[in-house]
Amino acid sequence: MSLKHHLISPLIGNNPVTLQILGICSALAVTTTLSTAITMSVALTVVLCLSGGVISLMRHHIPPSIRLIIQITIVASIVIVIDQFMQAFMFEMSKRLSIFVGLIVTNCLVLGRAEAFAMRNPVLPSVLDGLGNGLGYSLILLIVGALREFLGTGGLMGVPLVSTVAEGGWFEPLGLMQLAPSAFFILGLLVWLVRVLRPEQVEQPEFRLKAAEDRRP
Amino acid sequence: MSELLIKSIFQENLALSFFLGMCTFLAVSKRVDTAVGLGLAVIVVQAITVPVNYLIFNLLLIEGAWAWAGLPDIDLTFLKLVSFIGVIAAMVQILEMTLDRFAPRLYRALGIFLPLITVNCAILGGSLFMVERHYDFEQSVVYGIGSGVGWALAIIIFAAIRERLKYSDMPKGVEGLASAFIVTGLMSLGFSAFSLVTP
Repeated sequence: MSLKHHLISPLIGNNPVTLQILGICSALAVTTTLSTAITMSVALTVVLCLSGGVISLMRHHIPPSIRLIIQITIVASIVIVIDQFMQAFMFEMSKRLSIFVGLIVTNCLVLGRAEAFAMRNPVLPSVLDGLGNGLGYSLILLIVGALREFLGTGGLMGVPLVSTVAEGGWFEPLGLMQLAPSAFFILGLLVWLVRVLRPEQVEQPEFRLKAAEDRRP
Repeated sequence: MSELLIKSIFQENLALSFFLGMCTFLAVSKRVDTAVGLGLAVIVVQAITVPVNYLIFNLLLIEGAWAWAGLPDIDLTFLKLVSFIGVIAAMVQILEMTLDRFAPRLYRALGIFLPLITVNCAILGGSLFMVERHYDFEQSVVYGIGSGVGWALAIIIFAAIRERLKYSDMPKGVEGLASAFIVTGLMSLGFSAFSLVTP
């Protein structure tokens, strides 16, 4: 396992959102526009790197029986710093992200990586693992955010790209894309796409149907 | 009050319109009976933690809360994340011990799900929404119960659909996670129709 491996593998092969099913809440909630998706990605990647590094530094001193509480407290302290920073310098954005910056504390991606990786590895690989997973998460967020904003409003980052019907053009914005259900649909289709390209990611069903068995020799 | 209750159960369902608790929602919805157990646990924890967090926030953390002690300038609101998580972890622990003592059968049925609730973002999300929307004490009790019931309702329906989905023959790649997302999307579409409901 080289250092590069920690950085590259979570991008598609072991993506936190589409394969490990971690951190889905925020991945869906902040993707109505590309700019919120970018801000959230940056915030989460920073938290992942820092928490990976700090927890890895302390890993020999954390008693196993209360490790979850300690991990949560460390993550919460880092998130508080990020949250205060955003309220001070990006107030509009922090209002739009609403409670979701605070919810990074209970984001299963952060705790999952802390528990699965940072507790057992030295500092540098842990930080890289955090960075890699953060980038993998960001990749999904950016794709979903860009699709939802473009199809929903006809622009990206608030800049109109195609002329909408309301302005005398041809593009009819899909209002559904700005609502909750579309996030599920897009992420579902994305998971499907990844699994068609990487068939080894398909989880084994509990049992095979007889009819399906006959058709698939 | 009934308006807030209906709104928190249906229109502003934590799972389907705010995507909270999605990880647990997808992971623990393969069977209806476990989904019912988890749903009940979430209702109880949510109904306790939202009002308790309301009291902690308004009596200890908010700006001016320490005026009676001669410290009117202290503003501890930045501590809300840590203290909410602490309250939630403590509440789950107390609930676990109480159930173990007085309702051992329910305790065994819930099993691993009780401790897992600590890191369920629906619980922390409920408390953060309570602060963001400036609910008063009465409203936070109603909101705690309503949002818990809404989340439980969503996961039980979803588990029931998923049990049936096991028997369907889907294209390769869609079965499992992708189909779960799309079904949740359809459910969310259905729940958004409840925005027409007025008490």
